[in-house]
Amino acid sequence: MSTQFEIQGLKSSIEGKEILKGIDLKIGGGEVHAIMGPNGTGKSTLASALMGHPKYEVTDGSVTLNGEDVLEMGVDERARAGLFLAMQYPSEITGVTNADFLRSAINARREEGNEISLIKFVRQMEGKMKELEMNPEFMHRYLNEGFSGGEKKRNEILQMMMLDPKLVILDEIDSGLDIDALRIVAEGVNAMRAEDRGFLIITHYQRLLNYITPDFVHVMMQGRIVKSGGPELAQRLEAEGYDWVKEELGIVDETVGQA
Amino acid sequence: MSTPISSFGREAAAAIARSKNEPAWLVAWREEAGQLATELNLPKPEKLPLTRWTLDQYGANRPGQTVASAADLPAPIAALLPEEKNGALIVQHNSSVIFTQLPEELKAQGVILTSLEDAARNHEELFRKHFMTAYTKDEHKLAAVHAALWNGGVFLYVPKNVEIAAPIQALLFADDAEATFMPHVLVVADTHSRVTFVEQVASTLGETSSTLLHNSAVEVFAKAGATVQYAAVHQLDDSAIDIAYRRAILDNDARIEWIVGDLHNGNAITDTKSVLKGNGSTSDSKIISIGTGKQRMSLTTQAVHFGLSTESDMITRAVMKEEATAIINGVTKIEKGATKSNGQQTERVLMLSPKARGDANPILLIDEDDVKAGHAASVGQVNAEQIYYLMSRGISRSEAERLIIHGFLDPVVSEIPLEGLREQLHRILERKLG
Repeated sequence: MSTQFEIQGLKSSIEGKEILKGIDLKIGGGEVHAIMGPNGTGKSTLASALMGHPKYEVTDGSVTLNGEDVLEMGVDERARAGLFLAMQYPSEITGVTNADFLRSAINARREEGNEISLIKFVRQMEGKMKELEMNPEFMHRYLNEGFSGGEKKRNEILQMMMLDPKLVILDEIDSGLDIDALRIVAEGVNAMRAEDRGFLIITHYQRLLNYITPDFVHVMMQGRIVKSGGPELAQRLEAEGYDWVKEELGIVDETVGQA
Repeated sequence: MSTPISSFGREAAAAIARSKNEPAWLVAWREEAGQLATELNLPKPEKLPLTRWTLDQYGANRPGQTVASAADLPAPIAALLPEEKNGALIVQHNSSVIFTQLPEELKAQGVILTSLEDAARNHEELFRKHFMTAYTKDEHKLAAVHAALWNGGVFLYVPKNVEIAAPIQALLFADDAEATFMPHVLVVADTHSRVTFVEQVASTLGETSSTLLHNSAVEVFAKAGATVQYAAVHQLDDSAIDIAYRRAILDNDARIEWIVGDLHNGNAITDTKSVLKGNGSTSDSKIISIGTGKQRMSLTTQAVHFGLSTESDMITRAVMKEEATAIINGVTKIEKGATKSNGQQTERVLMLSPKARGDANPILLIDEDDVKAGHAASVGQVNAEQIYYLMSRGISRSEAERLIIHGFLDPVVSEIPLEGLREQLHRILERKLG
């Protein structure tokens, strides 16, 4: 079955302040959508609200994944239904090794008594780490603890590869990456492109899109998608910045919810 | 069988010593301690009054049955030991040591492992030079009672330049709440020796109206260049009281590593102190604890720097559940003249219940200018961002919490030097964390 992810009229607030003011977006299996926009326009809020971060309250709208109501689900249920968010700032957790964590995450998707065998798991993890050119010792390091910015981002992509999600959201995966790491991360994403998987890539630089070619590009301002187009839109934004979009739409301040 | 005593002093202490045929000097010494016990006050742990604790039931001398081989050990004791039972091992059952085993090759190197009662008779010089010099009988009433009544016990001597790879194991076990159970562990590591000692304190007391007072002490003497790793896991029934004063005296370039699971189910006072006497000596202390039910605990770590360029690091991590209370003190003291020393400490408390209490009290006492010292303390709940992160990968909330709580204690658990005990510890954690 091909994936269908649909967001309709999504509104969300944090601490009573409305950030998302009605988002509509459809992502089909095999499609890569990029959301671009300056800082403070609500891009990361969209990612967090979709995943169900407890600080973000959804006040209106609907989100469905293959017809199932995502907003009704808890964070862990969303993940098990096939949502994956590569986070901008992944948590560091002392005492929980990367391997133990990932194995728990995989087993959470499997029936009790049908857990993944240790050998199979280790082989899989080693294989994927090699693809991402990660040092094998990261397997037994505490989760994200003492990882550099770039190592954390690779670790997010590693989790994506291991968990085989239906809808992947990458939140600023390119921030803090040097050009080599960016290439490796992009290759990881490209290798995961498949008919039954959709991608939502959030970035404010076009440079990631040189490596991952999107099918659709959306510009976000003031908590809304204000303009959509194909890959050529990203190129124009890179060349000319965001001012022409603001002018065209009569927007003076593109941010939302800023103090 | 003798009956438990609750009033006690000079004569009572001497009578017990005589009944065990102890040397005259030790009988006299115990008499003095018995006298002190009637005169001294209880210790006053920070923010934890002991007034309502039953600290005056000392029990009766109830020796266990000695056995000839590890295979003959009573089943509840055998269950606490690792599969592989050929290594160095000493077992105390209630009021006496019932089994000692030391591999021939260690004996040949001059290593001594014996009950402390035996050491008083047969290794008098080493005994008298060290015994209760780091933890003295006049510190307070509990120390005096311990000095007067200590029984069984462990004496380990590692000669000069001897390095022992496999851990030496002590199991101190009680199943009679009316027994006097006051073991004392004395470790003397001679110059440039190296040893790992693993101590396990456990009980199965069943239903009882008596209060077992495990009034224990550990003294470690690490001579110049010696390294001692001392791991301890305490887990007694909730009706018992666990008192554990641990002391290490470090000569030049000596090192102590304390790895402690204070996982008792009832009230406890533990105090783990390193005295960095020699230049270049170092101390590393890691303590974990879990508070459950209504238990009250005072957990103290201390480092006292006298020598030049001495270094200490102390970490205490506690998980507090239900209505448990823990007062966690860290005391770093750098004496005048201990230049270039470095004392660091961290206390972290994870609160799992609104009725639990965990206080972290870092104390730095610095009398020298040219030093480094630092502390970090935190008391908090399970981090919501961490829960969110784990859940966003499909892990349920309860499993996420479990991972984070176990992870919180892992920096100590993973350092336990004996695999069998590490597994034992995991089982204790699963049970206490429920």
